[in-house]
Amino acid sequence: MFWKSTYNELIKIIAKPRSYIGLGAITLIIAIILFAMRLDGMTYLSFITQLFDQSLSFQGNILNGNLVAFIILQMLIVHIPLLIALVTGDLISGEGAMGTIRLLLTKPISRSGIFFSKYLAGCIYTFVILIWIGFLALGVSKFVFGTGDLMILKSEGLVIMQEPDIFWRFLSAFGIAYLGLMMIATLSITLSCFSENSIGPIVLTMAIIILFTIIGALDVSVLDNVRPFLFTTHMSTWNSFFENPLPTEQILRSAASLLFQIVGLLGIALYKFNRKDILS
Amino acid sequence: MTFSSEKIIEVKHLVKHYGKFKALEDVSFEVYKGDVLGFLGPNGAGKSTTIRAILSLIKPTSGEIKLFGKDPVKDHKYIFSRIGCIVEKPDFYLYLSAQKNLEIFARLTGVELKKNRISEIIDFVGLKGREKDKLKGFSNGMKQRLGIAQTLIHDPELIILDEPTTGLDPQGILDIRNLILQLKNEYNKTILLSSHLLSEIELIANRMVIINKGKTLVQGSVANLLNEQELIVSFTLDDIDKAKLLLASFGLEKQFVSSNQNNLLLQISNDKIPAVNKLFCDNAIKVFSIETKRKLEDYFLKLINN
Repeated sequence: MFWKSTYNELIKIIAKPRSYIGLGAITLIIAIILFAMRLDGMTYLSFITQLFDQSLSFQGNILNGNLVAFIILQMLIVHIPLLIALVTGDLISGEGAMGTIRLLLTKPISRSGIFFSKYLAGCIYTFVILIWIGFLALGVSKFVFGTGDLMILKSEGLVIMQEPDIFWRFLSAFGIAYLGLMMIATLSITLSCFSENSIGPIVLTMAIIILFTIIGALDVSVLDNVRPFLFTTHMSTWNSFFENPLPTEQILRSAASLLFQIVGLLGIALYKFNRKDILS
Repeated sequence: MTFSSEKIIEVKHLVKHYGKFKALEDVSFEVYKGDVLGFLGPNGAGKSTTIRAILSLIKPTSGEIKLFGKDPVKDHKYIFSRIGCIVEKPDFYLYLSAQKNLEIFARLTGVELKKNRISEIIDFVGLKGREKDKLKGFSNGMKQRLGIAQTLIHDPELIILDEPTTGLDPQGILDIRNLILQLKNEYNKTILLSSHLLSEIELIANRMVIINKGKTLVQGSVANLLNEQELIVSFTLDDIDKAKLLLASFGLEKQFVSSNQNNLLLQISNDKIPAVNKLFCDNAIKVFSIETKRKLEDYFLKLINN
């Protein structure tokens, strides 16, 4: 019954027009970035290369697919949570708003079964979004710009990674980014359990992300103890895979923190959903 | 049709409070196998709250509910594979077609369905030819039909219909009534039917429960409960004045309610109608018609107002 319910949830996600807003927006944004980089990418790069003109000589395909993919991820990772919350925040409260929750909960499947099938469908949708980003950012970029070494400007200097050393870093970065996006999906589904309308959880999820991001960015010592507990702090950990040497401990700490928060939120959501009076 | 003593629904002293608001104070009743139970009450009486509690959509503050002799929370899967229901109004996914909606709910019935079951049921509720259409364009009547299709898809033993005729035009009401009668007469389903339309209940139900302000006022067989009451009976006669004098001479003047040129309204019990008719005929008063006013409506209003 659980798998049948999950299949149902996927059909609903596929049939809803709003599910395609995310895919469409990502496609459009990446297309614009690719177009801009194709037209004027070298000018963009010259800001970096001219800093090192006196000491380094750049040879080969500098403006390559790996660099463009890295730039796309930097720009896009801030906006993806909104696109995820747009679908996952609606999964439970949307059924309440439509009234279909009454029919769903009077079927021979437990509330926990319904909840987890919705959660799994939300996770699959998040995965599809990430795969689509990966395909466009990495696949199409490499097709358009070719391949080559990755050159990243960090605060401590210029980091250059050789081409064979890059793909696994992207894969791992996508892995930890997925954990971050699952955190967003879990947060919005949890909020969805407390709401009877579909907009509330989406707006509240974004409000929490903005609030946590601002707290994380404020350079105030009072907040130093708070930052490690904010999920937004750990959502940018994907960047760490493009450092040499790899900050393994920091990456593991972030992954553990995200997992811990996901499990905690799932517990709260399940408790609420199982005890919720359906009044809609 | 035979009625069994097997209890399908058993509700005992059901109480539900939302903070200080007491939605249900003491609701108790039973539904037996084969019953069509009319569940009546004015707006805000607690009918939908009771149905939601029966279906585990809300948690009662206290009281006991048993379906098929089992606890609906503990034996959720066993019980809900044997129930089909519409709660308040049949809401569906408007962005999907009628067929897709039925497929979605059919997958969750816990019953292995025949391959052409969905086509069969769409045909049964009269939606053939519209199954591929998205629900955005469906009228209320069509959604109600689809709601009934959804309740029947797995051939459940118990059907719970909460206000199935709400928002329908007279033709829609007639169609739904005929569908319910078909379920009762041809398929011998046990049905709990909540409705505002007393005439519907009177026509369809064999037993009824009336609740008000969250409490059960009365329950029992429709025929027995209505026969306990005196009815308003309209006699169409050729000589009203003579009839009035005759009634007075037999000490029946208290039964007199009102009259006009040809009609005499009397408040008498059902079993006295033949005797009064005979009295008129024996005394050369022509009786053109005898008509009882809506029995349940009078009974219901009397009970609620008291």
